Amino acid sequence: MRHARVLVDGKPQHAVERDRALLLDDGRVLAFDAATWLPPVEPLERARTILALGLNYADHAKELAFKAPEEPLVFLKGENALTGHRQVTKRPADVKFMHYECELAVVIGRTARRVRRDAAYDFIAGYTVANDYAIRDYLENWYRPNLRVKNRDATTPLGPFLVDRDDVPDPMALQLQTTVNGEITQLGNTKDMIFDVPFLVEYFSSFMTLQPGDLILTGTPDGVVDCQVGDVVVTSIERVGALQNTIG
Amino acid sequence: MNWQPRGIVYGVLLNNQREADALAPRMHEKPYQGSPRAPILYVKTANTFSAEGAWVRTPRPVEIGATVGLVIGAGGAVVQHVLVNDWTLPHANFFRPPVKFKCRDGFLGLGTPVAPVDIATASIDVLVNGELRQTVRFDALVRPPARLLADVAEFMTLREGDVLLAGCDVARPLAQAGDRVELRGGALGTLAQQLVEEDA
Repeated sequence: MRHARVLVDGKPQHAVERDRALLLDDGRVLAFDAATWLPPVEPLERARTILALGLNYADHAKELAFKAPEEPLVFLKGENALTGHRQVTKRPADVKFMHYECELAVVIGRTARRVRRDAAYDFIAGYTVANDYAIRDYLENWYRPNLRVKNRDATTPLGPFLVDRDDVPDPMALQLQTTVNGEITQLGNTKDMIFDVPFLVEYFSSFMTLQPGDLILTGTPDGVVDCQVGDVVVTSIERVGALQNTIG
Repeated sequence: MNWQPRGIVYGVLLNNQREADALAPRMHEKPYQGSPRAPILYVKTANTFSAEGAWVRTPRPVEIGATVGLVIGAGGAVVQHVLVNDWTLPHANFFRPPVKFKCRDGFLGLGTPVAPVDIATASIDVLVNGELRQTVRFDALVRPPARLLADVAEFMTLREGDVLLAGCDVARPLAQAGDRVELRGGALGTLAQQLVEEDA
């Protein structure tokens, strides 16, 4: 099943994909083009934990002139950073380098504490696509990547769908691709992650309890380029979805 | 569990002028190659939230980070203050985000929110097993609350229910499993927690 959340009659509603359209819980059907898409994760009573990996593909680490990390390089994001499919992400007027990052996002499905890697998939609800934009002009070498680079409002599009775990039999063998205005600029495969999804669930849950709805953004491969106002960026992952965003 | 933030809790690195001054000679060396320009924030995730009286598990001695949380209301205004203990495993290198040092279960002790106080004159006594170990003051902040809020707003929105921590003092005392740690903040209230050994 592929789940979405959309704004209908001014209210967030759950929908599922049916015959290339959105079937709302009340039975109405909405064309993809007619929908206002929200991030495909339900709102939580408490703060959502959003973990994001840096340098988790060897080629991207090399691209940024870093050695591959020996343990996960992780940073955190706030809910303010999330936005939906087909929304606009702002490029500040004064910057020289703003790039997308196509990432497989893992959605936690059960309370996870001290989970072993061979049980990790039992704790996953499903997957979606994240585009974890970075504005490199603001990078500082303090708690890098600092939040001014990575946690600006609506700079992390998520979606279009949350795809149930069992509909993605092998999340560690998925092709990733980004296009900018239709031209392919980034290609990769989740098999090239340095720290794979079961390892990440084991690692994080070894010191922090994760709850349903929490997210792990698993990093991006080689091939990030600067984007300009008006560019249409589509980050796609095989079996999971194609997430569109426009730079504004 | 008593009161819990509904939103995200953000802390700020090096917001105490004495701590910034102490590190200043190293700021232009690797890996930092420059002093911080904008506020350097970190997140205290929901799994860290712990209440008065809680047992906080730690694998080794831990820093007591007494500070004040600014509770954000509608429209971004600060509507309450809350006494917090930003428990942190000691780390001397600030190049990478401090997730495994700061985001362990229970690592943000939370008091009960109160009406905003005058932070410039507030103080928090830190007691370990009844003995006074530190008095935290907020009269030497790199960015006092109004400035901190404005500089954060330059790059992200603090939303209703979010909390921004005002910054910890320098020379934070260490405590270890078996210790009872109490913060006394006058009008900010009190917060007592018990450290216990984290079982392997």
